[in-house]
Amino acid sequence: MEIGLAHYLIVAALLFTLGIFGIFLNRRNVIIILMSVELMLLAVNINFVAFSSFLGDLTGQVFAMFVLTVAAAEAAIGLAILVVYFRNRGTIAVEDINLMRG
Amino acid sequence: MILSALAFYLFAGIAVLSGLMVITARNPVHSVLFLILAFFNAAGLFVLLGAEFLAMILVVVYVGAVAVLFLFVVMMLDINFTALRRGLKQHLALGLSVGVVLLAELIIVVGAWAVAPAVASHTAPVVAPLVTATNTQALGSILYTRYIYAFEASGLILLVAMIGAIVLTLRSRVGVRRQAIASQIGRSRAETIEVVKVPTGHGI
Repeated sequence: MEIGLAHYLIVAALLFTLGIFGIFLNRRNVIIILMSVELMLLAVNINFVAFSSFLGDLTGQVFAMFVLTVAAAEAAIGLAILVVYFRNRGTIAVEDINLMRG
Repeated sequence: MILSALAFYLFAGIAVLSGLMVITARNPVHSVLFLILAFFNAAGLFVLLGAEFLAMILVVVYVGAVAVLFLFVVMMLDINFTALRRGLKQHLALGLSVGVVLLAELIIVVGAWAVAPAVASHTAPVVAPLVTATNTQALGSILYTRYIYAFEASGLILLVAMIGAIVLTLRSRVGVRRQAIASQIGRSRAETIEVVKVPTGHGI
C-alpha cells in the first residue's frame, strides 16, 4: 500500500473540482465563491508540494509559499470589496453586480 | 508504512469531505468552519509529504488569518442567506456536468502522466538533502538566495493588498463629530483670546 505521487494528485484534482463545482453551485453568494477559490488554490498548493517532495526539489515548496501569499492578498481585497458592495447595496447577490454605479 | 498510508487516507478523505461541505452547507458560518477543517487536513498531508514548514504556515496564515477574516465578514454582514440560495437547482446540472468532465480530464492526465528521463538531471537538488538540514533551514537557504526577488515581490503584494483593503473600507461618515486637529492647531491668538477691560461697578 505505497502512497505515491498519483494519490496526492488525485486528492488535489478532487479538491480543485469541488472548487469549480462550488462556484457554479453558489453563483449568487460571493462569500462561498471566494471560499471555493481558496479551495482551488489549496489544491494547487497540494500539487506543488507533492511534486516538490517526490522529485526532491524544494522549488515547489517555495512557490507554494508564494501562492499562499497571493491567496491571502486576494482574500483580503476580495472581502474588502465585498464589504464596500454590501454597504452600498445592502446585499451581496453577485448577479446584480452588473448594475454597479455610483 | 501502513500507518502513513492510513494517515494519508484519513487526511485526504476528511479534506475532500469537508471541501464538499464548504460548498453545500446551508449556513456560511458552517462553510467557513469546514474550510478551516479542510486546511487543517491539508496541513496534515503536507506533514506527510515532509513539508513541515509549509504545513505550519498553512495553519497559522490560513486558519489564523484568512479563515478568521472570512468568519468576521460572514458574521458582520447582515445577509439574508436563504434568498441567496434561490436558483440553486438550476445551476446544479450545469455545475455537476462541468465538474464531472473536469475531474475525468484531470484523472486521465494523472493516470497517463510520466516523468521524462531527462527531467531528473534538471531537478538536481539545489540545497542540502534533508538528512543534513531541516525543512525550514533548507527552505530558508533557498528562499533568501535564489528567490530573493520573488520573495520581495510577494512582500510588496502584501503591502499593496493591505493598503488597498484599508483604502476600500475606510469611510468618512457625515454627522460624526471627531477631533479636527488641523483647525485646532491652526488657531491664532488674535481669534482666540480677547482682553476685555471691565470698568468697576459695571458688568460686561
